[in-house]
Amino acid sequence: MDRRDFLKTTAAVGATALTGKKLFAKEPLKPEEFVGVLVDTTRCIGCRECEMACGEAHDLLVPDVQNDNALEQVRTTSDEQWMVINRFETDKGDVFVKKQCMHCMQPACAAACPTEAMKKTKEGPVIWRGDKCMGCRFCMVSCPFDIPKFEYDEWNPKIEKCTLCFDRLQDGERPACVEACPTDALIFGTRTKLIEDARKRIYNNPDDYVHHIYGEHEAGGTGYLYLSAVPFEQIGFRTDLGTTPYPEYTKEFLYSVPLVLFGLPALLFGFSHLTDKETDDSE
Amino acid sequence: MNNEVTVRDESKRFIKFIIQEMKPRGKWLTPFNIISIPIILLGLVILYFRFVYGLGSVTNLSQEFPWGFWIGFDVVTGVAFAGGAYVITFVVYIMRVDKYHSIVRVTVLNGLLAYMFYAGALVLDLGRPWHIINPIIGNSFGLSSVLFLVAWHFLIYMTAEFVEFSPVIAEWLNWKKTEKFVKSLTLGAVILGISLSTLHQSGLGALFLMAKPKIHPLWYSEFIPILFFVSSIYAGLSMIIFEGTISHRVFKDLIDPKSHHSFDDIMLGLGKGAAITMFVYYFFKALIFIHGQHWTLITDGWGLWYLTEVIGFVLIPGFMYAFGVRNRSLSIIRIAAILSLIGIMLNRLNTSIIAYNWNAVVHYIPSWQEFVVTLMVIFAEIWVFRWIVTRMPVFKSSH
Ligand code: SF4
Ligand code: SF4
Repeated sequence: MDRRDFLKTTAAVGATALTGKKLFAKEPLKPEEFVGVLVDTTRCIGCRECEMACGEAHDLLVPDVQNDNALEQVRTTSDEQWMVINRFETDKGDVFVKKQCMHCMQPACAAACPTEAMKKTKEGPVIWRGDKCMGCRFCMVSCPFDIPKFEYDEWNPKIEKCTLCFDRLQDGERPACVEACPTDALIFGTRTKLIEDARKRIYNNPDDYVHHIYGEHEAGGTGYLYLSAVPFEQIGFRTDLGTTPYPEYTKEFLYSVPLVLFGLPALLFGFSHLTDKETDDSE
Repeated sequence: MNNEVTVRDESKRFIKFIIQEMKPRGKWLTPFNIISIPIILLGLVILYFRFVYGLGSVTNLSQEFPWGFWIGFDVVTGVAFAGGAYVITFVVYIMRVDKYHSIVRVTVLNGLLAYMFYAGALVLDLGRPWHIINPIIGNSFGLSSVLFLVAWHFLIYMTAEFVEFSPVIAEWLNWKKTEKFVKSLTLGAVILGISLSTLHQSGLGALFLMAKPKIHPLWYSEFIPILFFVSSIYAGLSMIIFEGTISHRVFKDLIDPKSHHSFDDIMLGLGKGAAITMFVYYFFKALIFIHGQHWTLITDGWGLWYLTEVIGFVLIPGFMYAFGVRNRSLSIIRIAAILSLIGIMLNRLNTSIIAYNWNAVVHYIPSWQEFVVTLMVIFAEIWVFRWIVTRMPVFKSSH
């Protein structure tokens, strides 16, 4: 390695460390400054280094990527793995796609949770807190991406899902998977910057990408963003989720609750009074 | 001194009375006991495994199907079946239709027990039930959560139902003053109970609003809450008819002879109410179907299943009710009630389990253990019900 390259690398590492710290500075971040990850599927080579790093960072299963043949079938996350890499055969060759919690801008899981165990942090990651969760699994029913997983074989089960390495972020580090990626297929940063970056890539290489950033608007926008060379439905994404944030679907009902709770009793009371008079008269 | 003696005497008499009442009465080897006791015992064993080795050891729940029979049937269907209490209290205390006075007590008791046991079954399904305290004592209020709301409503509603029922308990204990006092609370409790019921019956439907991408489009609609509410009215009425028919036979001797002759009238009235609400419900269903342009969806097996539910178990029993009322035929009304109850069960199970993740490769089918525990809950409820009605003046009119 020559000296200039060395300097460049050091500078880059330093800069990321710095930005990592800066992203978690004391002042609360504004919502548009939620952090996230941009996944450029055209760069992913399917080495699954991220899968191993995730398992190590969170005391979960560390897959034996040389021998487990896991790419032979399309997998989903589990109570042992917060993220998985899947392979899809497309007309543009094999495409590898990372799957994990999308860290929605307005997460269905957190809106569903009766104990606030699922929580959208002000920095952006959606985290789960075991001291609050009562294990009702309503988060699982509500998540449009089917991400939270439950330990069915434990007397004291946990909900398992990606936290965007919230602990590491607080120490100024990047998520373990991003750190592990050898090809920069994963980029960590504020969502605004990531979207800018993604747009730039599409603009500069219009033939290499479909002109869509998955996650920019899906389910009201997500912290994870994806670029792809082939239409997203070909690589395992649901494209029918709509752009409405999922909590919106229950808003109307929740708004009507205080209305009913105060209005209806008054109405019923008045009504019973009326009928009372009538019986009095007739008797 | 003197006072103290009477208090001690009183409490002694009270304890003796309670012990006396606790003792079982009647024959032991009835068919019901022979079936229910082993099932309850087996259920307890299953629950032991469930709490020691996890939900996966006795249920077929999975990552794709986080909610199964215990939620879909016990809680979601059970609560709809228990809707009779708020409908009847509305008719009797708000509309003041006197005809139904004689069934208020037993209906309220049924409602109260149904909530205690069926809504209570929710706790069996919680992975970390000890944390249920969090949303109750308020160290974590998930205010944006429909489930939070529904659970709280269950709790308050049970209290309201208890207040409504408490005059019966006071009468049984011969506590005249208390009886007078709790009676004065009835109207307030009734009004609170109706308001809460409106909300949590629809709230049970609202639970599934965010599961939009998972529920088959024939069963998903933004109007699920309204559909659940309207159908809970006829579900409750049908349940009163169904239970009333059985109670009327089993507990013949306990029923006020005065109320006997009006029994037919009551059933006919309930049938009429059920018919009307079923037509309203069917109308809503049809509107949603047409508005959602679901024509293309009814050509496959799911479509057929949907039509079975909506025509076979809503429209047809609706007409049967209407026909039965017109011809004063109790037997037709009874069949209509059973069909309607099956329809409600189908609808709730479709929404929560069957048409949920309908395109999953491996679909959830409840394990036998899940059925046994559900039966255990039902039998336990009947035991308590039987104990109460054979001791307290439940079948007496509340006048
Ligand atoms: S993807 Fe699912 S689990 Fe992750 S934040 Fe969104 S709703 Fe929650
Ligand atoms: S399972 Fe836990 S995290 Fe999920 S909704 Fe229930 S309480 Fe919240």
